[in-house]
Parts: sequence; structure tokens; C-alpha cells
Amino acid sequence: MGEALVVSDREEFITTKGRQKQPIKCDADSIAGCVSQRACVYCGARVVLNPITDAAHLVHGPIGCASYTWDIRGSLSSGSELYRNAFSTDLQEEDVIFGGGKKLTAAIDELVGKYQPKLIFVYSTCIVGVIGDDLNAICKAAALKHEIEVIPVQSSGFIGNKSAGYRAACDAILQLLQPTGIKKANSINYLGDYNLAGEAWIIESYLREMGIELNVVFTGDSSSEKLKTATQASLNIMQCAGSTNYLAGKMEELYHIPYIRVSFLGLQDTADSLRQIAAALGNEEAARKAEILIARESARIQPVIDKYRRKFAGKKAAVYVGGGFKAISLIKQFRELGMEVVMIGTQTGRKEEYETINSLVADGTVILDDANPAELERFMTKQGANLLVGGVKERPLAYKLGIAFIDHNHDRKHPLSGYVGAVNFAREVYSTLCSPVWNYLPDHDRGDVV
Amino acid sequence: MLDATPKEIVERKALRINPAKTCQPVGAMYAALGVHNCLPHSHGSQGCCSYHRTVLSRHFKEPAMASSSSFTEGASVFGGGANIKTAVKNIFALYDPDIIAVHTTCLSETIGDDLPTYIREMEIPEGKLVIHANTPSYQGSHITGFASMVKGFINYLSLNSGVPNGNFNIIPGFVGPADMREIKRIFKVMGIPYTMLPDTSGVLDAPNTGKYKMYPKGGTKIEEIVDAGNAALTVALGSYASEMGAKELEKKCKVPFITLKTPIGIDATDELLMSLAKQTGKEIPAELEEERGQLVDLMIDSQQYFQGRKAALVGDPDEMIALSQFIIALGMIPQYVVTGTPGSAFAREITAMMQEAGLEGIVKAEKDFFDVHQWIKNENVDLLISNTYGKFIARAEDIPFVRFGFPVMDRYGHNYNPVVGYKGAMFLLEQMCNAMLDKEDRECAEEDLEVVR
Repeated sequence: MGEALVVSDREEFITTKGRQKQPIKCDADSIAGCVSQRACVYCGARVVLNPITDAAHLVHGPIGCASYTWDIRGSLSSGSELYRNAFSTDLQEEDVIFGGGKKLTAAIDELVGKYQPKLIFVYSTCIVGVIGDDLNAICKAAALKHEIEVIPVQSSGFIGNKSAGYRAACDAILQLLQPTGIKKANSINYLGDYNLAGEAWIIESYLREMGIELNVVFTGDSSSEKLKTATQASLNIMQCAGSTNYLAGKMEELYHIPYIRVSFLGLQDTADSLRQIAAALGNEEAARKAEILIARESARIQPVIDKYRRKFAGKKAAVYVGGGFKAISLIKQFRELGMEVVMIGTQTGRKEEYETINSLVADGTVILDDANPAELERFMTKQGANLLVGGVKERPLAYKLGIAFIDHNHDRKHPLSGYVGAVNFAREVYSTLCSPVWNYLPDHDRGDVV
Repeated sequence: MLDATPKEIVERKALRINPAKTCQPVGAMYAALGVHNCLPHSHGSQGCCSYHRTVLSRHFKEPAMASSSSFTEGASVFGGGANIKTAVKNIFALYDPDIIAVHTTCLSETIGDDLPTYIREMEIPEGKLVIHANTPSYQGSHITGFASMVKGFINYLSLNSGVPNGNFNIIPGFVGPADMREIKRIFKVMGIPYTMLPDTSGVLDAPNTGKYKMYPKGGTKIEEIVDAGNAALTVALGSYASEMGAKELEKKCKVPFITLKTPIGIDATDELLMSLAKQTGKEIPAELEEERGQLVDLMIDSQQYFQGRKAALVGDPDEMIALSQFIIALGMIPQYVVTGTPGSAFAREITAMMQEAGLEGIVKAEKDFFDVHQWIKNENVDLLISNTYGKFIARAEDIPFVRFGFPVMDRYGHNYNPVVGYKGAMFLLEQMCNAMLDKEDRECAEEDLEVVR
């Protein structure tokens, strides 16, 4: 594609650190025809709620929305596997003309008959928002009839972008939460971890060692019963802020549970987060145990990281991920590996997150919001990136450019969290960056990587 | 994951569980990617475009470019006219395609967006084109969407200038780039000049050169689609995915057509070659005769492993019709044959083949993986052939499994290996036979482990 032009409407969404004064524009609708890598409201809601393992996730709409999200997550379960099925009302033309309400009611009846789930989420798709099926009333009636939870998720694709879907999911979760009158000390909820490859279990083991109980994970490996007890926790910690910031705020407002942000990506963030949790709980014993854990794990991990670090000297990374908080962690994590991030962007990052990104990266780093493949190509090439961290659609683009790639998407099944994850990440960077296959590209100079 | 699938079969009317189909727009997007310098455009919300690009990328391991009208609430109330006009302007400025192929979604169809009017009203740079196809997601499946987009290209572009070009048009159906390459090779070997529409070879199996090309070398050229109106004959491979376009071309440009099976397996490939020989008066070349002989040799060598074994087949209708025929030719029993795509011809054709062979089985359209799993729980099979999602059933019931069709997201290389033609049949046979033998080797008693088969 070469030097593709940037349409003028997109200029404000791209900045270069140190060369521009005005802040980056973000949190806006995508521009038609620009090829966004973003998805829709339904997608946002689905990725947040899908890891609730014992729920039946029923998609009310034509078949596509359900088929593209069938087992879309790498979230592991310690119990039910019901969440991994694709349930849909498979709306047909006559349903669109006469309304899909009856079919939805019948589908819920059939679902209950086959699986006896305790919880059903009913997702509205674009078309349901237009034909106006009364999801609330249908779900309420079904819940009464079957004596289970049937929760509508207002996720018509066009009512915003993926962030609006996160909020729709959080609203659905809020409907499940019930005050129990119990408050447990040293018990915390973990928000915004989806237990990809068992990541929440890794963090749970650290907290247990510190004498802290992990009450409920939202929504990784959670169940309808567990979620109901979430109000008993004394603190919420939040990993993926993009998806759960709103929920954490609401829980503070409604149930007086304070929250802090954490990140378990990389050595520094993991250590900082464990310390912050102990401090937020005012638990000195936990703080002491955290130091023991950090010292032990760092001593164990650091030599491995250092071994890899030597291979990465002079290599440059590009990052294009969904949310801002992950992007921030990745800058620090690459620094631990001796690599500089030269291009960084997100699909749904917020203003504060871009400010932090801007403060962390080196001068000359390109920062972009809601980028398209042409921009990704242009800036990765211009900045001389050797590696891209991204999702499904970015992988083949990177490979075509002869650039190594790391999958940080929500369907992966290898853990990147905590100390285990830090080693996995370093190994993955090594495995892709230093693969001999790149040598077979015509005129490709891989520098000193061996 | 499928522990909860009950054995007892109860009719379902409203609930779809684990679908064996997806929606029209992704088929339209795939077809549009098979036109040179074309950017597919999804007229609806952003998620549709994102999902379709994702599933195509996961299947082909290739970039799949497409743009979206990025509907928001305003568009759904006031119509998407403004969105598509902005989009088209931006696309030509930014990505400079020769043609934009717009397909609709369930949302833009339901609000009644009038694409022909929008296209008439928009500013299109000189020498550039915008076409469209109606692909509501609540009708048909991805196969219907593929057929509709092929029809859209023909409807907008093909012309009969009165000067015959002597070519055969080939509409290959919803098959992979390797299949399209193989079909073209067969035509070349037969010495028949052709135009293939669409043609994703060279697009979704493009070589890695260290440079990204948004529009790779491959794809049917616009002038070829125009000139398709002057062809001698259209060969539509697969009635579901290809006949719609062939009919449109006949209606618009008076090009006659024949509809043949997707050439999967020996009989369907024979049928294609004999039809071509009949149409052109040409002999079937020795090169293809030799390949057929090799396939027959392989079928005979391995027949003992197929005879009387039962298979479950799940996939798109055109492929399933031809594959069932191949399964029967190998001595197997197509115990369950299912497609998610609606249409009555599917069951009729396959049931007739089975009756002729004296076999019985369940053949049904508009069914899903849950149905198949229930049937298998009641009577197991020796082989399952389906897209990636069949792996859940294969694992749960310990059935040898061959990945086939769309999407196959968990294996590599299938965009380079054809399943059509005699060569494709050999490749398929090898996979099927070895999947069953692998299971035997894995599970037989130590003393029964055979070195030679």
C-alpha cells in the first residue's frame, strides 16, 4: 500500500510523543469507511459476560452474531462448560416482520428443558433493537415461569461502540448482585479478569499466600451463585479497567466497596499490585507476606528474563490492543525485556489512559486511537518495529510485513499474567522474534537476532 | 463441553444450538475479495465487518480487508445514506480500490436502506465503481450471501457487446483458493479458455514477500467480469452457491449455463470433465486420465478401510452433496448428512444417491451440530467430517475427524491444498483413511499394532 494517506478526519487520532502539543482524540465513533479494527456493542457485552460458566448465553437475532462468538474466549472453567455453546434464536424473515418475541420465549423454554440452567443472558442484537421486541418483559416473564434468572443484555450493535457493550454487560451483572448483609474482611473481588488460560487462578494463588481470600472473579470462572455473593467483599481490585470501571464505580456507590486498579502483566506491575492490595486492605501481615513472595518469585524469574533480554537488544515493539490499561502495562513489560515501544494504540482507550501512555513512552513514539490497517502498516514500517502485539486481525498483517507477532487477544489459551505469565511472555517474544523463518524473506535483514 | 448433550431427542422449533451455518454477509465479503482491486464494504454496524474479517483471517491465516458504514443510532433512525456516502468518499481517498462491493446486513435491510438510490446519488471518482448485493442475515446463510454477491457483480458489470469471446465462465462456489487454482488448472489442461468469478487464488493464498499488499495480484479483473457477458457458456459449480449468478448472466447477457456438482470426489470430477468434453468436443487429456487412474488405484488399495464404515458429514450444501457421493463411492455409508443452510434440493439429491446405492441415513438441511451430536449419541459413526467446530463432538465421542469446509480455524495449510478434482480427492482420501487408522493405532492392543497396513 506504501504511503497511504491519512484522511483529515483521522489526523487528530494520531500523535507523536514530543512533537505535538494537543492531546490525542479518543473515545469517539469510528469514521465510516476508514476500516476500524473495532467491533460492536454486542461484542463488548459478549466478551465480558461469556466467561460466566454456568450461564446459557442466548443471542436473540439472526444466526451470525451467535456463530461468530461461539466459544470466543480462552476463559477456563472449574465447573460448568455450558458457556462454551452457541445458543441463538436464528431469526428468520417472518420473525423480523412479525416480531421475534414469541420465538424468544419458545427458545428460552427449550433451553430450560434441555439444560436446566440457573441463569440465562439474553443478548439483543442490532435487528432486535430495530424491530423492538420487548426483551425486558419477555425475560421477566420467563424468569417467573421457570424460577431462574433470565437477564436481558441491551447490546444492539449500533447503539455505540464496544465500550457501550462493556457497560451493558456491567448493567446485567448489577442485576445479579444482591446485598447479603455479610461483610468479610480480607476478602476481595477481582474485576476485569476473564481467567484466560487460568490467569485468575494464578493471581488467586498469590493472594492466598498473602492470606487474602479471592471472593469472586468478574467474570472469569464465575457462576451465578458466586456472583451473588460479590457484595460481601471488602475491596474490589480491577485489572481490565476498560470493561469494568463502570461496574467498580457502581459497586462502590451501591455497596460501599472501594476499588483499586491493578495489573499483573510484567514483574514490576505484578509486584506493585500485590503491595497495593495489601496497603488498600491495611493488612500489614499481607504486606509482609507479599514481600516474601515478590522476593522469591523475582529471584526465580529474573535470571530467565535476563537470559531472554540479552537476545532482544535494539529490538523495537509495536502495540495495538483493545484497551488502554493493557497498553500501559505492555510499555513497562517491554522495558523489562530491554525493548522500546515505538508505536502504540488501542481500540477503546480513554483520555486518562492516553495521558499515561504519553508520559511513559520515549520521544518520537507514535500513539494512535482506533487505527486502521493502513495506519498500522505505515507506522510500523516507518518506526522500524520488529514485533507487534495485537489481536486476530493484526496477526496476518504483521506477518505479511515480515514482523513478528504476539497474540494478546481474549481467545488465547496461554497465560500472560503474574510471574508465570511474565516468563511465558518473554519466551513468546523470543520464539516469534528469533524464529529462523524470517531469514527466508527476500531482502530481509534480521540484524543481530540469532 | 458437550457432556450436557442429552441422548433423548426432542424436537426444537425456536432454539438453535451450535449452528452449522453463519450469515450472508461473510459469504458476500469472501466473494468480493475474489475480485481484483476490490474493497468489500459492509453496510451496517461495525461488529459485522469486524467479525467477518476475523473469521476469514482465522480460516485463511491472511489479512481480510473490508470497510464498514459504522452505523450508530442516527443511522438506524434516519437511514444509512449519509454513512455510506461518507464511507465511499473516505475509501476512495484512503484505499484507492478500483471497485467497492457493498453488501447489506440485517440492520440495513430491516431499516430499508435503498442501496441503488444511494449509489446513484453518491460521488464516485471517474473510472471507479460501486456495486451492491442485498444480503439480509435472516435469510439463507453465508452460501446465499456468496451467491448474491456474485449475482451483484454480474448484474452491475457484465455486458453483451455482441462479440463472442469464446470463453467459458466458471463460478466455482464457496470453495478455497487452492480449489479455485485446481479448477483453473483443469480448464487449462483441457485447453478451454475461461473466466473465473470470483477467484480468491492469489488473494487469500498470496505469497509472503515481506511487503503487505492490500490488493494482492489475484482476483477476477473488472474487465473480465464485463466480458463474461460475451462468453460461450457459464459453468456453475454447485447449485446453491453458483447457480444464482449463472442465471443472472443468462438473463442479462443471454449466456447459457450448465450447473454441475462441486467437483469433489471421483464422480463429480468425472461429470465435470465429461461435460467439458461434450461441450467443447475435446478429448480428455492424458494428464487428467493419469490422475484419475492414480485416484482409482488409491481407492482400490485402501478400500478395505472404508467398506461399510459410517460417516457423519456436516457442512455447506454444494460440498456435502458431492462429498456424500464420494463417501458412497468409497464403500462408506453417509449415516448423517447435515447442512445449516435452508433448501430442499440438498436432502432430495443426497437421499436419491443413497437409495440408488441401497443405503439409509439421515439427510437434513437447516439443522445444527447439536442435532448431529444427538444422533451420534444414539448411533455412533466411524468418521466425522466437518468444519472446526466438529472437534467438540469428535473429542466427546472419540471419532476420527477430518476438517473440511468453512471455517477451519485450528489447522494450517488448507488454503494450499485443494479438495476438488482427482488430486483433491486423493488428498481427501488420504486424510480420511489416515484419521481412521490413527485411531486404530492409538487404541488397539499392543499385540495388534500393525506395522504394515
